[in-house]
Amino acid sequence: MTKYDVLIVGGGSVGCAIAYALSRYDLKVAVAEKELDVGMGTSGRNSGVVHAGFNNRPGSLMAKLCVEGNEGFEALCKMLDIPYKRTGKLIVGYDEADHQALIKLKEQGEKNGVKGLEIIDGAAIRAIEPDLPASWAMLSRNTAVFNPFLYSIHLAEASAQNGVQYYLNSPVTAVEATEEGYRVQAGDHVLTCKTLINSAGLFADRVSAMAGDPSFTIYPCRGEYYLLDKGTLKMPVYPVPRPGVGGLGVHLTVTVDGNILIGPSADYIDNHEDYSTTEPILDQLRREAMILLPTLNMRTVIGTYAGVRPKLVKKGEANFGDFVIERSPKAKHLINLIGIESPGITASMPIARMVLDILSEDTELVEKPDFVPTYRGIPPFAELSRAEQRALIEQDPDYGDVVCRCETVTRAQVKRALHNPIGATGVIAVKNRTRSTMGRCNGGYCFQRIVELLLSEGKAPQDIDLKRRGDRPLLGYVKGGQA
Amino acid sequence: MERADLIVIGGGPAGLAAAVRAKEKGVERVLLLERNPVLGGILNQCIHDGFGVLRFGSAMSGPEYAARFIQMARDAGVEAICGAMVVELSPDKKVTYITPQGLFEVQAKAVILSTGCRERTRGALAVPGNRPAGVYTAGVVQYLMNMRNIAFGKNVVIMGSGDIGLIMARRMTLEGARVHCVLEKLPFCSGLPRNVRQCLEDFDIPLCLAETVKEIHGDDHITHVITAKVDEKGRFIPGSERTIPCDVLVLSVGLIPENELAKACGIEMDPVTGGALVDGDLMTSVPGVFSCGNGLHVHDLVDLVSEEGERAAEHAAAYLKGAANKPMVPVTVSGGIRYVLPRQLTTGEDGYLSMRVMLPGRDRKLTVTAGDKTLVSKKMKRVMPSEMIRLKVKDVPACEQVEVSLV
Ligand SMILES: Cc1cc2nc3c(=O)[nH]c(=O)nc-3n(C[C@H](O)[C@H](O)[C@H](O)COP(=O)(O)OP(=O)(O)OC[C@H]3O[C@@H](n4cnc5c(N)ncnc54)[C@H](O)[C@@H]3O)c2cc1C
Ligand SMILES: Cc1cc2nc3c(=O)[nH]c(=O)nc-3n(C[C@H](O)[C@H](O)[C@H](O)COP(=O)(O)OP(=O)(O)OC[C@H]3O[C@@H](n4cnc5c(N)ncnc54)[C@H](O)[C@@H]3O)c2cc1C
Repeated sequence: MTKYDVLIVGGGSVGCAIAYALSRYDLKVAVAEKELDVGMGTSGRNSGVVHAGFNNRPGSLMAKLCVEGNEGFEALCKMLDIPYKRTGKLIVGYDEADHQALIKLKEQGEKNGVKGLEIIDGAAIRAIEPDLPASWAMLSRNTAVFNPFLYSIHLAEASAQNGVQYYLNSPVTAVEATEEGYRVQAGDHVLTCKTLINSAGLFADRVSAMAGDPSFTIYPCRGEYYLLDKGTLKMPVYPVPRPGVGGLGVHLTVTVDGNILIGPSADYIDNHEDYSTTEPILDQLRREAMILLPTLNMRTVIGTYAGVRPKLVKKGEANFGDFVIERSPKAKHLINLIGIESPGITASMPIARMVLDILSEDTELVEKPDFVPTYRGIPPFAELSRAEQRALIEQDPDYGDVVCRCETVTRAQVKRALHNPIGATGVIAVKNRTRSTMGRCNGGYCFQRIVELLLSEGKAPQDIDLKRRGDRPLLGYVKGGQA
Repeated sequence: MERADLIVIGGGPAGLAAAVRAKEKGVERVLLLERNPVLGGILNQCIHDGFGVLRFGSAMSGPEYAARFIQMARDAGVEAICGAMVVELSPDKKVTYITPQGLFEVQAKAVILSTGCRERTRGALAVPGNRPAGVYTAGVVQYLMNMRNIAFGKNVVIMGSGDIGLIMARRMTLEGARVHCVLEKLPFCSGLPRNVRQCLEDFDIPLCLAETVKEIHGDDHITHVITAKVDEKGRFIPGSERTIPCDVLVLSVGLIPENELAKACGIEMDPVTGGALVDGDLMTSVPGVFSCGNGLHVHDLVDLVSEEGERAAEHAAAYLKGAANKPMVPVTVSGGIRYVLPRQLTTGEDGYLSMRVMLPGRDRKLTVTAGDKTLVSKKMKRVMPSEMIRLKVKDVPACEQVEVSLV
């Protein structure tokens, strides 16, 4: 079946949120994603913070949708079994000028409708985070952190459970207008649709052009990060925003699992998918992080990564680039989502609702009686009580076989990740769903065990993918060797 | 709750030797818990020879060496459970482990930690660039190649001159790959001289000292690395860059004792070795919990690992019999020694010291003194950070402190 009412291009958080929102209705919906799994673009390469909405210009879509997104985020995470923690956040300053800037920031936030903002002094800061040297801070109580991988994945899997079809490893390379919509080449598949929803992130300008609207140019702006082992930081710590800097400035974040992130930088680059980290920027991150938290232990670094912002403003341009969420004025079957940079994940559900409104202009939305809104992911074995762990092992002995020692991930979890409902493949599908290979040993222990599991399921070593189709972590068997 | 006199956590050479010796010393119920499906620890993947020269007088492969101890454990009546991942050790010595049969808790009277070590990856993490496929630690390559017949690539660069990397340089060459070089950031090799000769020199593989990987390149799979020379402070020397094409980058940048259980139990750690702080009885800060093998500090010879396991077991057996605490004297170090272990010796007994130097050197003298009394004095033709030095101090006298120094 290759005829769809709606085809979503891009399985990032925004595309998956739209897919989930649409799966409530009696429509044939598909998602085409070029990578092996959903959430592999910007949605898997960010700070993982549910923003409160005080950073965004009053009156902008960004501000409105961020505040709405923040309000509904916790309930959504509960419904879809996405790890979430309302940590609060500190924006810190050092002198009177910073103090004044924080007061302004609070005013802006309140104008946007953000609740739970408070200016606090050094003593109050240290009551929260004893090692911060800052003298002033704005405490934002409603800021939270979440697992960005599971966010896209659980939205996708929940929508798949309600009938959305996922085409992974299927880059959209050609879009042809037809009488009733589009015919789309997505990897090996030819798909037709009445409405094309373009949530292709960094490539949304190109997909829009393919579909007949060449109005946009996206300027990639990279943010590099350090990932540290679990630490004692309780909440994200950001510097007072400085004008002229793209992004929110280098900050410290805690992930929902307790790891510490340092980043992101903000540098315009040429290649949209150049996710490399670079020596001078990593240096800069280290320096700036030490100002925020001088006691930070850089010996606990377990990795670096980068994400790329899909900016609509060029380097040096002072303009404000708001989200573009519209039915294309040039192509009536195309709904465009362009320039969805931070706080795009926070805002993704309100964005999806906006898209539903736009879609309903020409498409009838009839609720399905059998829609299941909730989703349960793979049990996070390590976080369960001993009694719960015991019960799981009794149910399935594979829960008693620990594959990843750092994160205590079991064979049962890895198997479920490998046989996920959207057909994501590669070691990455396991990593994103279970945290296996993400611990402090960087996969030294579990990688070989995941490989063994794949081999035991009949996969040839040369057919195993790590992160992308054909990246071939393994060459094959040694001469004369076999399984 | 189920009970055991002694629980040994980790069934590698240290744990096996400890369990066997404990039985020999009359400990009644000795339970050996191993997370892998078989005993033997890391030895199972070490199919090269060179194990057991000190102990058995013959150079065996890792599995052969392990097999001897596994047989001894069987004969001695050690109860071993494989596929058992210990997930918690409590300060009152309750051990929780998980197997496909269930989750179990056992109350022990004494515990020996012999959890081995894991590979460092930090060297690579600091390397900027992409994260393409084809970058592995040496141990992962060793395991998959030796245990599962997996081939990794045809053009290999090895970063770090640790022993496993040296051994894998030879192994991959024998499998038809071209190993372009072994890069070492320091001005000296961190692996054993024996391995440099047998694994690199005999195969014409260059060992490039004071040089390391500066960038890793490749969109999906690694295509090349850019290397550069480094100065004494570890900074890159501009202009010294080289581009080396490769489809595998193997990291061999050191081992760190595996001590998550010990840390979670509140056992005091030694930041230099990465293992537990132990006294002259190899007992940790939690009474009745002992540590040995690579989980205590990284060894270069398995023979010494087994011996350390045996000593831990002897002390554990004495502890179980309620032997009176004997006074201990602190051990201090000076002059070029990175660490000495243990940091305390028991007076009136023979003491065993293990240590590593910071830098290579020639014609040195190692002395152990108590006040103005020299206990041991040993001429060393050559000292190397890669070679652990072991000393026996006979009949440690009652004194204020024992001082180890290298001049
Ligand atoms: C450094 C950084 C930090 C951030 N921090 C936060 C934060 O803390 N909180 C927050 O809310 N937001 C944050 N953001 C913003 C947030 O990550 C993005 O707004 C959000 O992920 C955008 O989601 P998306 O689905 O639009 O894009 P993406 O996640 O990029 O998804 C687009 C998808 O389309 C696919 N695709 C592209 N072209 C094609 C094609 N031709 N065919 C098929 N598929 C295609 C891509 O592979 C990708 O999976 C941050 C962003 C960056 C860069
Ligand atoms: C990858 C690698 C390759 C090596 N190659 C060589 C070599 O070629 N030559 C050489 O002389 N030395 C080599 N070494 C050093 C070698 O580790 C030692 O010589 C020796 O094997 C150490 O013995 P051990 O018993 O202390 O540790 P190991 O042999 O590592 O045994 C520790 C055991 O404890 C188990 N364990 C750990 N945690 C738990 C837990 N929570 N629950 C249950 N079980 C647990 C492990 O599964 C393992 O079986 C290598 C080390 C590594 C890491």
